[in-house]
Amino acid sequence: MSTLSTVSTVLAAKWRVKLRFNLVVGGTLFALAVFVGLFADWLAHTDPVMDANLLNAEEPPSWKWWFGTDAQGRDIYSRVVHGARISLTVGIVSQFINSIIGISLGLTAGYFGGWWDDFVNGLTNLMLAIPSLIFALAIMAVLGPGLTSLLIALGLTNWSFTCRIARASALSLKTQGYVQAAKVLGYGDLRIMTTQLLPNMLGPIIVIGTLGMGGAVLAEASLSFLGLGIRPPYPSWGSMLSEARDQITTAPWLSVFPGLAIFLTVLGLNLLGDGLRDILDPQSRSTRV
Amino acid sequence: MSAVPLIEVENLRIDLDAQGKRVPAVEGVSFRIDRGETFGLVGESGCGKSITALALIGLLRRPLSIGGGTIKFEGQDIRKLSTSGRRSLRGNRIAMIFQEPMTALNPVSPVGRQIAEMFVLHKGKSWREAKQLAVEALAQVRVPAPARRVKDYPHQLSGGMRQRVMIAIALACGPDLLIADEPTTALDVTVQAEIIELMRELCAEKGTAVLMISHDLGLVANVCRRVAVMYAGRIVEERNSDDIFRTPSHPYTRGLVRSLPRLGSRAAHGQTRLQEIKGVVPAIAHFPVGCRFNPRCPEATDICRQVEPAEELLAAGGLVRCHHHG
Repeated sequence: MSTLSTVSTVLAAKWRVKLRFNLVVGGTLFALAVFVGLFADWLAHTDPVMDANLLNAEEPPSWKWWFGTDAQGRDIYSRVVHGARISLTVGIVSQFINSIIGISLGLTAGYFGGWWDDFVNGLTNLMLAIPSLIFALAIMAVLGPGLTSLLIALGLTNWSFTCRIARASALSLKTQGYVQAAKVLGYGDLRIMTTQLLPNMLGPIIVIGTLGMGGAVLAEASLSFLGLGIRPPYPSWGSMLSEARDQITTAPWLSVFPGLAIFLTVLGLNLLGDGLRDILDPQSRSTRV
Repeated sequence: MSAVPLIEVENLRIDLDAQGKRVPAVEGVSFRIDRGETFGLVGESGCGKSITALALIGLLRRPLSIGGGTIKFEGQDIRKLSTSGRRSLRGNRIAMIFQEPMTALNPVSPVGRQIAEMFVLHKGKSWREAKQLAVEALAQVRVPAPARRVKDYPHQLSGGMRQRVMIAIALACGPDLLIADEPTTALDVTVQAEIIELMRELCAEKGTAVLMISHDLGLVANVCRRVAVMYAGRIVEERNSDDIFRTPSHPYTRGLVRSLPRLGSRAAHGQTRLQEIKGVVPAIAHFPVGCRFNPRCPEATDICRQVEPAEELLAAGGLVRCHHHG
């Protein structure tokens, strides 16, 4: 008995160390990206668009140009820092739209069932069958490039996973005693959904949302790379990569730094999502008390 | 007895939809509960007592549905009420507490908020007033340090405390009827006694009628003034609780009474074995012809195997459904 409990204590301690690692590294990377985005003007003194100077074109990284300069002589450091603003705006806003759509559809489908459930299910399957990037590409083609259309395109195409999770949670939660009890106590449908179902399914939804944010940052980079997202000369990590691809052998710093920025941000978001999953898991929540 | 009973169930039938076939799970159930009265519904698992209670609050779910009969609340047929009319009855006029206090409370919401929600929902109070009322409600069910406990989450409370919170929620709006479905089954015996005592006291104080559902005849007879015994979807005997113990008329009730262990009985009658009722409850789809208890009944005769007995009035008051009750 005592050996068993010792083993479980050791395991619990190890587990906790592991989830701290996810959370701390992921959280730090994400917080750093947000910080850079918020204080871009303060962190980089040169203008990412206007301060072009052909005399400084394609300078390698140095003490003066930390990340080097591009073909027009613009400071890559400044462009990467300002790019964070665009990438994170797209990531956060589009994932927020996705979550709202996914939760409202999935929650109502799981709770009410019937034809509405069939309809939402069909729609979700349809969305999953079409590659979301292709779908976003089509929407962008209709709306034209730009930040707003990028937000709309990415916000409308990635809600299917959130919807699935919300529907599955609603289905299992609605048979729980407290949901039945709420019905017996005279709660209306909307009140049951907002007070009983939604707070209880928020854990997995937050995890999916965080992971989806990473996906949206990548999708923005892909669309901008393809020339349909943020248009040059405005700095977005994807469009910087796109511009840099011709000089990848002669001036690798042009692609390395924006690439690194994408990599670290997405890594941070994925680790954060993982870490949140560990914490929000009901099993570990009960041990926290 | 007042002229209009609080709740009157007449000839209730509940159908179970089994692959297109409608099988009656509960049939011909009639009873009435007056204001402030305590009424018990006793029976084995699967006899239909819980679904009868769900039918009363209009919450039967597929594959179950009401197949016939009427349920009147203060003379008003609740099946004819609109959805919102029924919703305003629930929690406000008719409340219910459940067997599992663990699962009947929302795990992510502090208990005070869950009590307060009732005042906001049914009494139109503001959240600030409701929070204050929630503290009072917790004090009423004798939770120590209620002002601190309202901030607790369900998992921080013991089973007995949780059931107290459930009672506080159920009685928050001063309902006319409290349905208690096996309210103490999941609790320790000592806690059981406290909870039952608390429930009885509060209901007597507020004039709330109680419909208590249990498999424990002893418990029900102790709490309730009148008891109905259900078997295989029918009420087989309905009596005053004192009478049902002293002179059970239906063989099934007799079996139930005999199967109760009693303190001191071994000493009085020597080392006798506890009596059991032979056999098991028949499945809903295969209720026997004639009296539904006949395959297990020690007194069954030919008529029991052919004709289903009707409800008969007993001379001493009460109803029984048996050919041989005399």
